[in-house]
Amino acid sequence: MKLIPDLIKKITDNEIWRSVFRHGYTDTPRNRALQIISNVWLHLHPAKVREHGTKIRFTWCMGGITFFIFLFETITGILLMFYYVPDVNRAYADIVDLMYVVPFGRFLRNSHRWGAHAMVITVSIHMFRVFLTGSYKPPRQFNWVVGVVLLVLTFLLSFTGYLLPWDQLGYWAITVGTNMARATPFLGHEGPFSYILGMRPDNDIRFALLGGTLIEAPALLRAYVWHCIGIPLVASALMMVHFWRVRKDGGISGPL
Amino acid sequence: MEVRQEKKGLVEFKDDKVFTWPTLVAKEFLAAIFVTVGLLFYSYFVDAPLRELSNPGQAENPAKAPWYFLGLQEVLVYFDPWYAGVALPSIIILGLILIPYLDNNPKGNGYYTFSERKFAVTTFVFGYILWYILIYIGTALRGPFWAFFWPWEQWTHDFPTPPPLHDLPLPLGIVLLGGFYFAGLALPALVKREFFQKLGVIRYSITMGLLLTMVGTVIKMVFRLAFNVKYIIATPWINI
Repeated sequence: MKLIPDLIKKITDNEIWRSVFRHGYTDTPRNRALQIISNVWLHLHPAKVREHGTKIRFTWCMGGITFFIFLFETITGILLMFYYVPDVNRAYADIVDLMYVVPFGRFLRNSHRWGAHAMVITVSIHMFRVFLTGSYKPPRQFNWVVGVVLLVLTFLLSFTGYLLPWDQLGYWAITVGTNMARATPFLGHEGPFSYILGMRPDNDIRFALLGGTLIEAPALLRAYVWHCIGIPLVASALMMVHFWRVRKDGGISGPL
Repeated sequence: MEVRQEKKGLVEFKDDKVFTWPTLVAKEFLAAIFVTVGLLFYSYFVDAPLRELSNPGQAENPAKAPWYFLGLQEVLVYFDPWYAGVALPSIIILGLILIPYLDNNPKGNGYYTFSERKFAVTTFVFGYILWYILIYIGTALRGPFWAFFWPWEQWTHDFPTPPPLHDLPLPLGIVLLGGFYFAGLALPALVKREFFQKLGVIRYSITMGLLLTMVGTVIKMVFRLAFNVKYIIATPWINI
């Protein structure tokens, strides 16, 4: 079987290849380490990891996949932002345009939508795995806390995106969801003990969320800004902490 | 960066570590490709839902929150919104955050085991499954006016009127609820002394408080379904 080495030699042993890639890659321990630590993206990883941590049957790869879907959503989300304006007179029409007019628009919107659902699922499976392996135990307690906050942020990311198409599905889903806020004890105007703080429909916590007493233009703009800027920023910051802490807390969890 | 060097044999390490490149990176790369292909493949064939333009004057029936909140919306059948929509999710989030500080069992750190942490795994898996069962009910089995339909039944607006609900008398409700938490806190502490002593008073109380709230939520559902009880405790200020 000299086919593959021959092929590799044919492809790499010529002037064009060498003009692009100045030197080869020799598979040495040193180079394996350098591949990680001299690469700005890959040095998120340590140069070496405990072997069980590379096993799919241990990690299920769900944390990594969740992060990857977040990146996927960022890219498709940015592309969608070119075609979508969060204005109640335009929003729905923009989505219809995406579905019927914009080249690959339907594909783009579909993949963003399904990616969002997938992310909710993978992050919850990730949490399940982390629990079953007891990976929240010392010294990783705080990283579990960060993870719980990231889980909530994933829900909120998906929830704020739900309103943006400005169709009946999103509108009434957000109606149901935000109506809960008015039942908040003390802070919602229909909640228990709200009279103590003098809550009305136009000054309670639901009003603060929606920017009004009804789901109208301010609510759409708020959902949009939280969805595209606010929550992704916070989530990114917490992801940095989350990944950094995995390293600082001793790398992937494993039998002590 | 010196890269052309003599080929050396792989250095033997005593621990179980392997090089991240290529062992782990290759798997991550493959996972990323599979996820991308899967998502794009699915997106090519299945359209994201889009209904007609939003109309504040015409409510969807049933109006449903996104699927991952439908477990909570399902709880709304059995509890007032202040509990199902605000207090319960807050307690769930708080409870999840507290897990590492409540579970002081040193065993089972970093590997799969059931036998070494039966209580923790059972409790968590129960809650996890409950969350998804409620989501399934809320998503698939609730039709117009949030009426219950089996999977093989057609959703109609013509369903039998649900039986009238009644509240428990206030003293009985207080005794039941208070007794539930009191017995739930006291009995395991007396029967399972070792469990209680390992956790200590504070951890034990919070752990059991959270567990009893989860179990109590289910019990209240059973009360409603079996005995048509609307509220365990009904007062002008707050209902449970």
